[in-house]
Amino acid sequence: MNTTAAQLLAPTSGRRRTTDRVMRAVLALGTVVALIPLVLVIYYLFSRGLKGMSSTFFTSDPTGNFLGDPGGVKSAILGTLEIVALASAIAIPVGIGVALYLVEFGKKTLFAHVVRYFIDVMTGVPSIVFGLFIYVTLVTSKIGGSFTGWKGSLALALLMLPVVTRSAEVVLDLVPESLREAALALGVPRWKVTLKIVLPTALPGLITGSLLAVARGMGETAPLLFTSATVMGTTYNLGERMNSLPVQIFNDISQPNDAIVNRAWASALTLVLIILTITLIARVAARRSRVA
Amino acid sequence: MRPHPTFTREQEQQMSSMPSDRRDVAAAPGTAAAPDATVATQAGTGHSMTVRGLDAYYGDDKAIKNVSIEYRANQVTAMIGPSGCGKSTLLRCLNRMHEEIPMARAEGSVLLDDTDIYGAGVDVVSVRQAIGMVFQKPNPFPTMSVFDNVAAGLKLNGVKGVDMKERVEKSLRGAGLWEEVKDRLSSPGIGLSGGQQQRLCIARTIAVEPRVVLMDEPCSALDPIATLKVEDLIHELKQEYTIVIVTHNMQQAARLADTTAFFLLGEKIEHAPTAQIFSNPTDSRTEQYVTGKFG
Repeated sequence: MNTTAAQLLAPTSGRRRTTDRVMRAVLALGTVVALIPLVLVIYYLFSRGLKGMSSTFFTSDPTGNFLGDPGGVKSAILGTLEIVALASAIAIPVGIGVALYLVEFGKKTLFAHVVRYFIDVMTGVPSIVFGLFIYVTLVTSKIGGSFTGWKGSLALALLMLPVVTRSAEVVLDLVPESLREAALALGVPRWKVTLKIVLPTALPGLITGSLLAVARGMGETAPLLFTSATVMGTTYNLGERMNSLPVQIFNDISQPNDAIVNRAWASALTLVLIILTITLIARVAARRSRVA
Repeated sequence: MRPHPTFTREQEQQMSSMPSDRRDVAAAPGTAAAPDATVATQAGTGHSMTVRGLDAYYGDDKAIKNVSIEYRANQVTAMIGPSGCGKSTLLRCLNRMHEEIPMARAEGSVLLDDTDIYGAGVDVVSVRQAIGMVFQKPNPFPTMSVFDNVAAGLKLNGVKGVDMKERVEKSLRGAGLWEEVKDRLSSPGIGLSGGQQQRLCIARTIAVEPRVVLMDEPCSALDPIATLKVEDLIHELKQEYTIVIVTHNMQQAARLADTTAFFLLGEKIEHAPTAQIFSNPTDSRTEQYVTGKFG
């Protein structure tokens, strides 16, 4: 056979090229379709939300008036921050503790497998179930008052716990075994290896995972509806009813009054911006988490 | 550069006059030291280690089969053999790191001088402080500076009353790294080159002042120049420490070791002065391995 190089290298199938082009176009189209609702959400959030922002939006509490000035959402913002702060203070240490147990000590024991299974189940439980659980166990029994901020925190903590544990387990697993061995071979006891070598090495990743769980918890309405309920005034006492942004939005959006509906949009924008900030911090922390 | 080992006339005569049943394969433990007697014992204050009838398992797999061997004080003992022959497992049994692997266990006795490190009343943490280990891949702590890496063993063990700066400098000098890093003690340990990292790990190991240093293929991840530096260092270290080194590199064993043990399929085949192992081994399998016929 006497073929030239040009013949050898010529395309063998026109169809393959066409298929390639078509598939690329389909994928690009899919991406655009997926982006449309995302962009629209952000567009509406800003266009409607900015309308609802007024000079007193962040500094005044809801007035409860249907006519006239509906007031701001100071109590809801502070309430969300307080409830989530307490929830994080519970869920993050416990969640990381469970992950440490699973990775460093439980490993492949039956008990560890059972724990992992339950964590997976908990991840899939709808958030309203956590709210109902706290409602049935703590609210109806009137332990420490009926509806209180700390009960909302507990419901959120239950929701955040599996998220924290799962992400922490992944990050702790990434810490190279060689580092643990290096420390153990220096004659360092196991608990100190965990505390002084494994935790600091995994720290940036742990921060990222925890902040994402915080962001997740912050946006939840259902666990708070039956636990911390709603109230108009600002309170710093987690033992009282406490307002929160998601619940404020939930209540406002169903009102037959444009000013109040606009406040719901403005609250939504506020919430998204807070969560965005947290996510950004998580990203920056993640960038430093390159475990060697 | 250290030249390839050349043997003195006396040594060669000793070798040729050595009876053929000199090998100590899992024989009576008490006689295990016999071949070492031909190597001039160096003056030193080190400690010896003796393994007696050791079996080691991974789950149901027996990786070490009834091995008895002696590591003499202030000598370098090399362990060679094809992959999977159990030499690394045996090394890890010498400071009880083997049992850190899930399902792994060891039976038998390993004596440091005359105390069984597997015996009752022996703390595994103390064992590892007395018997240090350097790993195949350099593994400095990524969150720590050069200084903190070297001081890690002391700091994490809460050792008090030690001049940390002095000990770090001494250890880094001991590891031949001081001149290279003295101006960047506070920069991260992982910023060093591979060879420097490995010497940093050696410094970290000797900073806790162990009596025995175990090395698991310490040069296999290093380039030839870095390897040479680490080998020079090992030569220095044996003045103070008893050294056991696992290596895949037979030239390295020949350059470094006073005695060499050959392992195959979890058994010790032969342990003799290095010169003898490489020039006149008693077992045909050893000969085949060191001449490159398999492995």
